[in-house]
Parts: sequence; C-alpha cells; structure tokens
Amino acid sequence: MTKRVLAIASGGGHFIQLMRLSPAWKGHRVSIATVDPSSRSAVGDAPFFTFRDVSRADWWRIPAAAFDIARILIRVRPQVIITTGALPGLIACALARPFGVKSLWVDSIANSEVLSGSGGQAGRVCSRVVTQWPHLASGKVDHWGSVL
Amino acid sequence: MPFDRLTRAMDDWAAANPDVPVEIQIGRGNYEPRHAKWVRKLALPDYQARVAGCALFVAHCGMGSIISAIEAGKPILMLPRLESRGEHNTDHQLATAKHVGVRPGLHVAADEADLKARATALIGDARKADRLAPARISRFADPDFTARIRAFIES
Repeated sequence: MTKRVLAIASGGGHFIQLMRLSPAWKGHRVSIATVDPSSRSAVGDAPFFTFRDVSRADWWRIPAAAFDIARILIRVRPQVIITTGALPGLIACALARPFGVKSLWVDSIANSEVLSGSGGQAGRVCSRVVTQWPHLASGKVDHWGSVL
Repeated sequence: MPFDRLTRAMDDWAAANPDVPVEIQIGRGNYEPRHAKWVRKLALPDYQARVAGCALFVAHCGMGSIISAIEAGKPILMLPRLESRGEHNTDHQLATAKHVGVRPGLHVAADEADLKARATALIGDARKADRLAPARISRFADPDFTARIRAFIES
C-alpha cells in the first residue's frame, strides 16, 4: 500500500543528501519540503513546499518556521516523515508525533565525530535515528549506510 | 553564515591570475570581490551547471559542496569554516576535512595562503586534471541504504 511521505530538509548539504535518498520513496506519494524555492527543479513532479529556515544560531525564528511547517503538515497529512536535518526537520517530527506519524532522522554525513545538535535531540522525538558513520552508532542510534 | 576568508582569498587569487575566469558565490558575506565576478546566491540549477562546467571547484568544507563535486566528477579544493572565526556554529567542517576530505579528488587547504597555492597548482596543469578529480558517482545513495529506508516507510 502506498504511503503519504513527507521528505523534509534545510538547504545546502541537507537537501542534497535528502535527494540522494529518493529511491527510498519511489512509488509512494511523496511531498518534498525545503527552504530554497529554486530547489523545485530537483524534485521532479512531487508536490513541493518551502518554509522559513531556522537554526540554533537564530532560534528566535523558530515560531515562523514552525508555523510554515505546521501548514505543510496539514496540507500533506504524512504517514511517514523522512528528514536529513537540520532543526526544521526536527520541528516537523515533533509537531507530527502526537498524531502518530512515524519519523526517521538521518543525521547528516557532515557529523562525523559527534551526532548533530538536533540529531542528539532526535531520539526523543523521532521513531528512528540513524547516523551515516558506523563509529557513531550506539544503543539507540543505528547505522544503515551513508549517502556517499 | 558569511565566509569572507574564502571570498577574500579567492578574490586575491583572481587578481593574481587574470587569465583565469573566477566566479564567487558570497552568500551573506560582507566582503564584496573587486577582481572576481561574484553573486550572492545562485539558484540550484545554476549552481549545478557552474560545478559541472568548471575546471576547479573551490568551496567551504561542506557536504553539499563535496557531494556536488563528486556527482560532477570535478576536483574540489576546500577551506574548512572555523567556529572561532564565527564561520559556523561548530567545528564539524574540520571533522569533515579529516574523515571525508581524504577521498581521492578532494583537496583540503590548511589556511588562506595554502588555498591560493593549491589553487595555482591544481589549475596549473590541465593534464593532471583527470587524476586530481574524484570518480563520478551515481545521483543516488547506496541501494542497500535506500532499501532500508524504504522498509522503514513500508513497515
């Protein structure tokens, strides 16, 4: 049975990593959300949404980002969320969790020595957390492979 | 976040190498290049076209840049952003340099002077270009990895 999937990431490397995972949701009803409108060209025919970005460095933007992401969740009504970070992906998983939405956090391959800040919190919010580095795998954090 | 150290170094390099066309995406940087052509932000398809068309890609040590270079099979020369300089929230680009920057075709500079010297060396010998470039990879991650994510979606 096909699932409604929301694949969400911030810009730059987070989005590029997300796109490298796209065979994972081929055949499912996927929507893509990111920050840069010009990324639309990379997603093909999938419904495409943008939101206002936020990071730890500009945490005061959390309400605006959370508002945009909530609107996307209402539109998409995902059954599964896949995110490669960063903080906006965590916000999406946190907002959707009370509605029983399953979520996967794929920690960025840029975090090769410690899990990212948001990745460290993801264990409390997401159904599953994976790292792309085998040496960072632990009890709660699996290693399934990497985008490279 | 701004990365004026990289912009300024490559603008200096462009001044010293007027025969080589240099274009810099400066983001929210404060320093505006005086010698190189520059732009604040390229749209993604334009960015990908620039990487595909260049002889040498010079960038910060970010995974987006690295993946773009490898997908295009272009040599990439990188200067890691430093937390102490206000160039990023953490020093994870130093970790990326250590763990990923060692792949063939990826080149990491220690500082601005090293960056300029390596740019000259990398661009100087076109015959070396193939050897100094990374092997091109598919647009998609390892199928075993995406299969596990698919199993998660479908479970």
